[in-house]
Amino acid sequence: MNDDHETGNDPEDTAGPHEYGFETRTIHAGARPDPVTGARNTPIYQTTSYVFDDVDHAADLFNLQTFGFIYTRIGNPTVAVLEERIANLEGGRAGVCAASGHAAQFLTFFTLLEPGDEFIASRNLYGGSITQFGLSFKRLGWTCHFVDPADPENFRRALTPKCKAIFLEVLANPGGVIVDLEPVIDIAREAGIPVIVDNTMATPYLCRPFDWGADIILHSTTKFLSGHGTAMGGALVESGQFDWGQNDKFPSMTEPEPAYHGLTFHETFGDFGFATKARAVALRDFGPAMAPVNAFFTLTGLETLHLRMERHVANAQAVAEFLDRHPKVAWVSYAGLKSNPYYDLARKYLPKGAGSVFTFGLKGGFDAGVKLVESVNLLSHLANVGDTRSLIIHPASTTHRQLTEEQQVNAGAGPDVVRLSIGLENIDDIIFDLEQSLAGL
Amino acid sequence: MTAGDHGGKIPYDDDLLRRILRDVKTVAMVGASPKWVRPSSFAMKYLMGKGFRVIPVNPGHAGKTILGETVYANLGDIPGTIDMVDIFRNSEAAGPITDEVITLAADKGIRVIWMQLGVRNDEAARKAEAAGLTVIMNRCPKIEYARLFGELSWGGVNSDIISSKRTKLSP
Repeated sequence: MNDDHETGNDPEDTAGPHEYGFETRTIHAGARPDPVTGARNTPIYQTTSYVFDDVDHAADLFNLQTFGFIYTRIGNPTVAVLEERIANLEGGRAGVCAASGHAAQFLTFFTLLEPGDEFIASRNLYGGSITQFGLSFKRLGWTCHFVDPADPENFRRALTPKCKAIFLEVLANPGGVIVDLEPVIDIAREAGIPVIVDNTMATPYLCRPFDWGADIILHSTTKFLSGHGTAMGGALVESGQFDWGQNDKFPSMTEPEPAYHGLTFHETFGDFGFATKARAVALRDFGPAMAPVNAFFTLTGLETLHLRMERHVANAQAVAEFLDRHPKVAWVSYAGLKSNPYYDLARKYLPKGAGSVFTFGLKGGFDAGVKLVESVNLLSHLANVGDTRSLIIHPASTTHRQLTEEQQVNAGAGPDVVRLSIGLENIDDIIFDLEQSLAGL
Repeated sequence: MTAGDHGGKIPYDDDLLRRILRDVKTVAMVGASPKWVRPSSFAMKYLMGKGFRVIPVNPGHAGKTILGETVYANLGDIPGTIDMVDIFRNSEAAGPITDEVITLAADKGIRVIWMQLGVRNDEAARKAEAAGLTVIMNRCPKIEYARLFGELSWGGVNSDIISSKRTKLSP
């Protein structure tokens, strides 16, 4: 080191380390050959617990003074590879996986909010999120204000002194609505609160929320990330850029934590303090851990994310164009269609394609929707999205049935609406199945 | 470390950081706290566990011990040589500490100044580099050690390392 003095701080030295492309990182990020066995693929660490070297080592682990595993509820080597990979793909600093997307959402808000706190959410969300925020969170003393995201100023109008976050889906489920993220981020910056983006529908392949300035990204990994309809899971990713100490809104991050002898998470863990707290407190105390085998399935799925998403959006575009021309179809809400009001926003935020989940309306209304989902042969009638298989559902009679009709319409899930998640089958076969079924209406 | 300013990280070459963590044996930690729950104590204990000798510097606690090591009032009081000075003070305080290091460098054998996460003083860095010292800013040696040798990944933190070689667990 004496002989090779280096000036790493020279601003002229912009070469920097090689940056690997997205496709490489879907396969490699977070996963290296096992240091002992050389195993190339990530093993499934099917274990509940991990030995301590001695009592001092155990104390260091429990005190968060060193890194390591204690108990799979808090962390697991297979799950950790997935956490790092998702964090890497999103361009974030750290990730925490959970048993489901809903669990990841709960961990995020538990880490952010105090009882009596509020947040603002786009009303164009996955129906399960609307129920979680509007009903179940309310019982914990957290109030969610839902706003129409079509006008970003609606987020500003809904701000209260107790609002601690703004939550939205850029590519919204199920309506095909695209939210203009940039002005919403400006509003949150002024208010000193983070923007949380559920990036499930778009995946980091199609949409880059951190590049626009979002602070936390959430996923249901059950969908496109795992991609094959095999494994439940969720993830939160923190960008590492949000300054929790800029105001007094986030005592959970900036004040001594009684559950850890007065440790302060933001100060101690810096740009991965939020993820560390979500793991060390919320995941530890509520327990919605991801199963190691589900992390393994999801890692395997992720390796082809880039290839799958290319085909997903190509097939979706073709199906949307087919439906757009069909006489029994009243409207198609796919932002990849030039006639769609969100077309320009889709080009801005989703330049590689507007996803593969979208809705369309049947002229025959509720009854036609029910008949269509019951008469398809290739498409599967079920409540999921982001599978290799093409999926169809009538939200008003299933996923969104707990909502009032007004909420259904607001969420883009009115009585005439059918939702598709276009898979990776032969495109002619997908269109044939829809054509045959529409003919029977 | 001060909270804030975690953005704008300087992209140091991983090989440079690995070399520092391999070659450095003795670290003087300026601003080491006797309270075990403080970040400096976490970093000190972790680095000691990885085989570094860490000597605490804190004028308010001179003569006492932290984790079994005698606390010195200032760098000049430390007997023997020091390979690296780890600055656990704010960015402004890093200026005069750096000046002191430059003065002592030849006598003490100091080769590296490492400013903690959230600590960055570009003017001090320029002076120190002109004096032949290697400077790392706005990073934590504990976190970088854990990142480069696999442990940070256990916590789901993005190490930004892509490699088909077995993970090395130490330098």
